[in-house]
Amino acid sequence: MKANALKQAMAKVSSAKISEAPYAAKGFHLEISVAPAEVAAAAAVLDREGFFIEAVTGVDWLGEQAAAEKAAKAAAAAAAKKAAASGEAAPAEPAPAVAPAIPAEDQFEVVYDFNHYEALCRVTMRVRVVRSTPEVPTISEIYPGANWHERETHDFFGIVFTGHPDLSPLLLPEDADFHPLRKDFQA
Amino acid sequence: MNVLAQDPALETFVLNMGPQHPATHGVLRVKLVLDGEYIVEAEPVLGYIHRMHEKMGENRTFAQFMPNTGRLDYLSALSYNHGYVCAVERAAGIGVPERAEYIRCITVELNRISSHLLWLGAYVLDLGGFTPLLYAFDDREILLDLLEGVTGARLTYCYFRFGGVYNDIDDDFVTGLKGFVKRMRTRLPMYHNLVTKNIILRKRLEDIGFITPELCRKYGATGPVARGSGIDYDVRRHEPYSVYPEFKFDIPVYPKGDSMARYLVRMDEIEQSLRIIEQGLDKLPSGPVMAEKVPKILKPPKGDYYHAVEAARGAFGVRLVSDGTNTPYRLKLRSPSFSNLSLFAEAAQGLLIADAIALMGSLDLVIPEIDR
Repeated sequence: MKANALKQAMAKVSSAKISEAPYAAKGFHLEISVAPAEVAAAAAVLDREGFFIEAVTGVDWLGEQAAAEKAAKAAAAAAAKKAAASGEAAPAEPAPAVAPAIPAEDQFEVVYDFNHYEALCRVTMRVRVVRSTPEVPTISEIYPGANWHERETHDFFGIVFTGHPDLSPLLLPEDADFHPLRKDFQA
Repeated sequence: MNVLAQDPALETFVLNMGPQHPATHGVLRVKLVLDGEYIVEAEPVLGYIHRMHEKMGENRTFAQFMPNTGRLDYLSALSYNHGYVCAVERAAGIGVPERAEYIRCITVELNRISSHLLWLGAYVLDLGGFTPLLYAFDDREILLDLLEGVTGARLTYCYFRFGGVYNDIDDDFVTGLKGFVKRMRTRLPMYHNLVTKNIILRKRLEDIGFITPELCRKYGATGPVARGSGIDYDVRRHEPYSVYPEFKFDIPVYPKGDSMARYLVRMDEIEQSLRIIEQGLDKLPSGPVMAEKVPKILKPPKGDYYHAVEAARGAFGVRLVSDGTNTPYRLKLRSPSFSNLSLFAEAAQGLLIADAIALMGSLDLVIPEIDR
């Protein structure tokens, strides 16, 4: 199966975490999260496995950190309340073991969609970068089709694809200095 | 004059094709660097009709975005309706009654035929043949009337709903459609006699504007462009959705990769769509056309969802990121022509301008869908 072959091939990319997604509910088969530095390496693996590129886009997770902190505080408060109610002293380590790590800063997510002409295998590759310095290496040398998708993502989010031949606005006006899909964008 | 001739850079010149050129079918501009009539470099310039549909998606509810989907590709708007409702239905876990699924497939295929007919007329018009346009629009007019009767619109349809369709089809539609299928079966041989076998058309299309399968893969081309390069990829077969598995139909594939191959793929697809429509009418079950108890306010669970459909121009995908509220957190629209056009720069190198027009027409571009 294509998914297994890809999993094996992706083992060479050290930061790549690959997991299976429920296809019927989600619409894709594999999810790969990879560190920004190894985007091109991961794309090269996909290229060798014969995948084609469907799209590149971004998601702005502004406020994620605040929400995570709020949730952690609420969990701690609930634990303390529960402890107080049962008449015991507040436990020394209230944080549950499964609590997700709170990101130090809000992030952008760059999402790459790959698909295969023969095998039924949709792959979603995710890269997280901090909002203050959103830089991801380009994959347009591996997939020339990514050129426009990356330009569009730069238009909408201001994510910089380092090494990209031309990041001038593609869909926005040529003098556009705004990024409309950022969640803090004000028209 | 000798000085000019010694510097190759001075022998080329830049020509703007568009944004108001009739062969670009909308407001697309292509910056051409020419050496005589040969293309040295072609750079499509986009964005003249950019409307930021993806931002609009983020500040209205799921249902309120429905009309937008009909305004991406105005020639096969129902496919875009379909892609969007499928994505939201997947996210919110809404089931669709069988009759509604059949109606969806029938109307989408009808829309595909009307899109291909317009392409046929306009393409041959680009190449200098005026007559076929009039024949194609004659047939398309019947389709638009049929679809108007059931959807209420002629072009920018907003017919599908989460959990079904807005309106059941009636007897007038069914008889009209049966008549159309019969008529179209006699018209197709006529088109082949009039257009396909025409020696001028063949000279303009055969062995010109090659696109290799590898080029398709590197640029993510789908639809008739990929199938004209020998890639047997159709979302309806590859990743079945709706009730397409119930139908018997072929995926036309031509391996040659020239403009003629893409032309033939679309002509054959008209025939296949007729087959699907016929089977759909035969098998059409009775029952409701809307699911019961679809909540008025949709709040899909957190997470992201993807759904692709086969539109007239290739794979249209919707990536929906939900944060659990009644509006999408992020709505990415993956349009087929965007990827199909992106390979033009590479495929057009070294062609004559007239052949590049033939190549561009064979991509079947709809600019509002590229610019979104």
